[in-house]
Formats: sequence, C-alpha cells, structure tokens
Amino acid sequence: MTPRNRGPVMADGLGAGRMSLVVRHIRAQNRIFWRVPIGAFFALFLPVMMLVLFVALFGSDAYTTEYGEVSRAQFYTPALAVFAVASATFTNLAINLSIRRDEGILRRVRGTPLPPWIYLAGVVGSAVYMALLGTVAVVTLGVVAYGVNIELAKLPAMLLALVFGATTFATWGVALAALTRTAAAAPAVANAVILPLAFVSNVFVSFEGDPPTWLLLVGDTFPLRHFVISFGEAMSPFSEAPALLPERLGVLVAWTVVGVLVASRKFRWEPAVGASSARSRRNGQPG
Amino acid sequence: MTKAIKVRGLTKAYGDLRAVDGVSFDVVEGEVLAILGPNGAGKTTTVEILEGHRTRDGGDVSVLGTDPGRGGRRFRDRIGIVLQAAGVDRELSTREALELYGAAYSNPRSIDELIELVELTDKADDRIVSLSGGQRRRVDLALGLIGNPELIFLDEPTTGFDPRARRRSWDVISNLTSLGRTIVLTTHYLEEAEYLADRVAVMARGRVVADGTPAQLRRSVQSDTKIAFDLPRLDEPLVELLEPLTGQGKGRGRRVEILTPAPTADLAHVTNWAVRRGIELDGLTVESADLEDVYLSLVGADDDSEESGPGHG
Repeated sequence: MTPRNRGPVMADGLGAGRMSLVVRHIRAQNRIFWRVPIGAFFALFLPVMMLVLFVALFGSDAYTTEYGEVSRAQFYTPALAVFAVASATFTNLAINLSIRRDEGILRRVRGTPLPPWIYLAGVVGSAVYMALLGTVAVVTLGVVAYGVNIELAKLPAMLLALVFGATTFATWGVALAALTRTAAAAPAVANAVILPLAFVSNVFVSFEGDPPTWLLLVGDTFPLRHFVISFGEAMSPFSEAPALLPERLGVLVAWTVVGVLVASRKFRWEPAVGASSARSRRNGQPG
Repeated sequence: MTKAIKVRGLTKAYGDLRAVDGVSFDVVEGEVLAILGPNGAGKTTTVEILEGHRTRDGGDVSVLGTDPGRGGRRFRDRIGIVLQAAGVDRELSTREALELYGAAYSNPRSIDELIELVELTDKADDRIVSLSGGQRRRVDLALGLIGNPELIFLDEPTTGFDPRARRRSWDVISNLTSLGRTIVLTTHYLEEAEYLADRVAVMARGRVVADGTPAQLRRSVQSDTKIAFDLPRLDEPLVELLEPLTGQGKGRGRRVEILTPAPTADLAHVTNWAVRRGIELDGLTVESADLEDVYLSLVGADDDSEESGPGHG
C-alpha cells in the first residue's frame, strides 16, 4: 500500500498527492472512530434510541409544532437527525481535537512533512461522514418504522440544510477546541453548550402556544434552532417544495464565518503548558 | 567534512529566563552528538529550535543547509523527530500508524524493516494503546525514522525507563548509527551519552560548558583528584579555604568537595587551614575523580531536577 519510492509526484514533489492524503486521513480517523465506542454511542446510537424512546413515550398523536399539527415521529425525526449531526461534529470534534492536542498528536504532525491542515481535514471529514451516517440512520428509522413524510422534491432542501448545518457545527467544534485549554474541560464545555441549546431549539420539545420571548430570542440567536427548522421544514408534510428557508440558512452561514474566524485565530497545535505533558510523559513510562 | 548542523550564538528567553544563552556548536554528517545536561539546562529548547518546532530570539542556525525557522515541508521531509512528549493516534496499530505517517514522505522506509529494527514484530498489529511504555517509545522511534531521514533528533529517548529497557533502546539506537545517519540526542544520563555519542556537548544554565569526545572528557577528568571532607560547623569561612586552591572546590552544607589537578599542594593547604583553626576534617578522602564528578562540577550539583520554562529543559 505504501509507496516505497517516490509516489505520484505532486507540485511540491513530496510523497502522495494531497487529495489522496486527505482521503487516507479520513479513513484512518473513521477507523479510530469505530474503535472508540463512546463517540459512536453519542453520535449514532443515542439519537436513534431517543427517537424510539420518544415515540414510545409520547405516542403518535398529533403535536402542535413549528411545522403545524404533525405526529410526534414527524417532529422528532428531523430534530434528532440534526442532533446526531451536532453530536458527531460539534461535540465530537471539540473533544477529539483537544484530546489530540493534549496528547501531542497535533504537535507530532507539525514535525512531519504532512501539512497540518490535511490532518485537520481528516478529523473534520471523518466527523462529517459520521454526521451523515447518523442522519441516514435516524431518517431511515423514521420513514420505515413510523411512516414519517419524505418527498423527492424536497430532498435538495434536506441536503442543503444538512450541508449548511454540518459545516456550521463542524466549524464550531474546531473553534471550541481552539477555545478550550485542555481536553479535560472539552466534554463539559461542549455539553454545557449543546444540551441547553437543544431545549430551546425544537430538538426535544416544540414551542407550543406562547413561549416566553427570551426563550425564542435565545433559540433564534444560536444556529441550532435554524438548522432544526430548516431540516424539519424540508420533511414537513405541509411545506411546499422546494421548502427552502434562505434566512435561516443565512444565519448558519453567518455563524460559520464567525466560527472560521475564531478557529483560525485561536487554534493551537501545541499542548497547553503543564496540563498535558505530564500525562503524555506518564504514558511514556514502562508498564 | 560536511556540516549537518551549524549553530552560532543561539539565544532564546522565556520572559526573564534565558533558557538558551549564546549556544554554538557544529555537528558533522554521520556524527552522533549527545547534548548532556540536567533538566532546565536548555537542551530541549535548543533541539526544538533546530527541529523548527520553536522560534529563536537570536543567533544563526543552519540545519541541512536550511534555516529550520522557515524550513517548510521539504525540510521536514529530510529530518526525523522523536519528541519527548508527542502522542500518536493510539487506537491505530503500529503498522497502521507507520503507513499513515509514512505516506507524507517522499522516500519512506520499508515498514516491515522498520518494525523489525525497533523490535516490535510481534506487536505490529496490536493497537498502540495496548503496548507498554517502552514499546510505545519504540513506536515513537519508528515514526521518527519512517521518512528515511538524513538527520534524526532524539529528545531524551530513554527518560523514565528502567535499566533493562534503557539497554534495549540503546541497542536500537546504536543500530541506527551504523546506517550513517546524523543523530542529535539529548539526555541527562551521562552513561547514555557515553554509550551512544561520538561527541558530547554538556549544557548548563543555557550554555555549552564543555564539548568533546567522551574520551577527551574522560582524559580531562582522569588527571583530576577529588578531595572530600566534612566541616565540623556550617559557618566556617569557605572563601578563605577555597580561594587559594589550584583546583575547584565547593561546599554543600557541611560537605566540601575539591576537584584538583594538584592534589598534593591543595591537600596541604586544606590540612594546614584545618590545623590552624584547630578543627578536625571528618570523612577526609582523597581519590581520583570520575566522569560523574566532572560532569557535576560543570553543571553545578545544586542544579537538580528543576523544571523551567515551557520547554521542559
């Protein structure tokens, strides 16, 4: 598999080509993902399990939502698909990148001819891939088991919402890793952000009737609610194709831009002083 | 002989701490240089600057004819780095990690040969997380060598090892030297420097305080004699005792040690001084100094394991 002599010579004449390196690193990160059950649990299994639980608990009677009177399954399927995307990108990236920084993996990469962005692209690419898998799992379960509405004409709107949303949350996963000092803090910070946000963003409950203005305000400020409603609208039985919500996608783009700025300014490749090297050194001791 | 590394007047400070304070040395191609010194001496900072991992404040540095500060991808293609604390994706196996990282180099080594070289043949397909600390350090070594580097940096390759694991690693490293590679290693084990290196640069407090082959250092030592004794009280006037000596003396608590090329005269001075003051010198010994004594006199024995600066030394 590995080229013994000079592989396909690229513009800079070094090693394998850039795209082939990106693919190689996405594959390696996918392999790592499947070997660490905890990430797979939160990104893939948990949203599917929540869909089954919520429908079992609340039944399939009509529910007043942003999309009109729909079944519980019709409400929860897009919501939990989006939640799977947020877990696989935002939460997992924030945690995984800070662990990789703390363990000195990012530092190692910087001492090799591998351009650091390719390593990063591998981790992010793998997270987006898992987000897609999670979405497919939840939507398939919804459609097959609970007869949730899905229409060919609105498929482009679903995909577009997915692409915009996954990009926003992947960007902010990297940004959060940039803002957290150590890997120990990352899971707590990521969950402290995403879980409360999910409650005000139509993920676990819909705002029936007359919610307090400040709740709506909080929900509309952050990107999750816009992502959920864009994706839900594209699956709603009442929406008209193409069922695109440009303003909401616009909010996602704005958040992505800010996320890119934060990530590119604050991202560190070196472990924080003291926090990590002790641990890496311990790992270096004989067993 | 071609110079692989040329360092002139290198400086680096962290705030008020001058971690590297005017360091100069050369490494010729095919040579193994050990930078020896206690923690906080500036070894790691120096090596990290040579690797391109850290910026310098001043001085000229040339590594393989390149300024490592602006070396880029092509420079990193030619060097191999084994950092003191660098992780690896631990859920991968050694073979998978070598394939992954090897792909970025223009001329990677054969993975099977490399696995054999670091003696991990039986463990090559186990996940790295399941390996022992010593085995993981050898994975680090293999990853540092995967690009078939002309120049290899080893930062404290055996720190924290038990003596047996250290021996094994030394065998692996001396195998490398037979391949004609240039190696720069840092260590705070004198024995390690002696065993592996063609040349030893002793660093202390950010400076190179001695530079030579182990034999040269040994010769400079063997002419020396160590006079050691205990003073009866802590407050004896040491300056009056040590100042006129030919050799170098220092006190640590009540213990006084003198390294001297003129033991007869210095011993006479010491005993005269003691007799004049009417005190007895307990535990008075006169013996030939070993390399350890000279090393300690060079780096200052009070300079024990203090970490300083973000460079871990």
